[in-house]
Amino acid sequence: MHVSGPNGTGKTTLLRVVTGLLRPEQGVVTWRGKSIASTPTDYQNDLAYASHEPALKGDLTALENLRFMVGLRRRATSQELRAALDRTGAAGCADLPARVLSAGQRRRVAMARVLAVGAALWLLDEPYTNLDTVGCAMLSALLVEHAQKGGLALVVAHHELSVGAKMRHLAMQG
Amino acid sequence: MSVGAWSAFVLVLRRELCLSFRRPDQLIQPLMFFLIVTTLFPLGLSVQLSLLREMAPGVLWVAALLASLLSLDALFKSDAEDGTLEQLVLSGQGLYVIVLAKTLAHWLVSGAALVLVSPVVGTALAVPLSAFPTMMSSLGLGTLALSWLGAIGAGLTVGLKRGNVLISLIVLPLAMPLLIFGAGATDRAISGTSPVGALYLLAALCVLTCTLAPFAAAAALRITLE
Repeated sequence: MHVSGPNGTGKTTLLRVVTGLLRPEQGVVTWRGKSIASTPTDYQNDLAYASHEPALKGDLTALENLRFMVGLRRRATSQELRAALDRTGAAGCADLPARVLSAGQRRRVAMARVLAVGAALWLLDEPYTNLDTVGCAMLSALLVEHAQKGGLALVVAHHELSVGAKMRHLAMQG
Repeated sequence: MSVGAWSAFVLVLRRELCLSFRRPDQLIQPLMFFLIVTTLFPLGLSVQLSLLREMAPGVLWVAALLASLLSLDALFKSDAEDGTLEQLVLSGQGLYVIVLAKTLAHWLVSGAALVLVSPVVGTALAVPLSAFPTMMSSLGLGTLALSWLGAIGAGLTVGLKRGNVLISLIVLPLAMPLLIFGAGATDRAISGTSPVGALYLLAALCVLTCTLAPFAAAAALRITLE
């Protein structure tokens, strides 16, 4: 699902409510028929969230960052993590400290984390920001591939998405 | 294959220690503060060994408390600023486990390091050699308990730009029993009486804070993220 709308309409807030980081003022967020508040761990195991911030430690390499973040979710080998970095076009950054990476490279590493976690539901907040044309195409391809595998993605983006007929659009009004 | 709580604890602990050793300034600053502050007393007071020995427990403990507080502000702040905290909350691991590992790592690079250099300071303050074991064990227990208390303060102030002063205001009143029993134990060891009672109380406070404070700090972090 593609969520769009002018600045300040609450797109990121909606995404944070869906992650469970914020409690909804009204209503209930459910996943697989259960409220996410009642089974937060099950829900979080099915969830990969990429926020505005790439959640990288500057003093660790991209691979070390990935090993830690993915390692909290599942046991992953270095080959798997390198493959995820390769898939997002960040293989060359694997052994570089995150502080020397450009904003676009950081975004690619963050997407590699989402990919490597292997979750069914992707929640992405402005994932196209700072990506070049090739990076945007790569991300769209990843979204299509994820949907083809039966995965779901909620994407907040100003960028026009062209990821196939399955996509739904939610335009938020101010 | 999902990851168990113990594996997550070890992973967070290793990462925190790795980050601390790659930024040695964070490691060295509290130590230098501790050494400098405690060295000022023998320089500023008259060179009477009996006077220094009498003041040693208080000086040691106040300096150790303040040095431990110096680095507490950074416990969760950098994670909150770079988005890591949100990822940790959504990792499917209990936030309690993550807070426990982060706080223990903080103690290992601040409190435990203070304990290791305390014999140098003890010698400068004319603490007898026989009181060193008590001085070191009381400082170890006290700084560990202070780290648990500090985690609550750090959790509550993580969203504030300059939370350092507020952490001190939250934590120092709670740390008074630690100061009383810790300095008391060292004082007893210096004067040749048994420090066991004060050490037991210090250990009990350490267990109490270790058991409850991570829950409180985790709750504080969740509130701050909302």
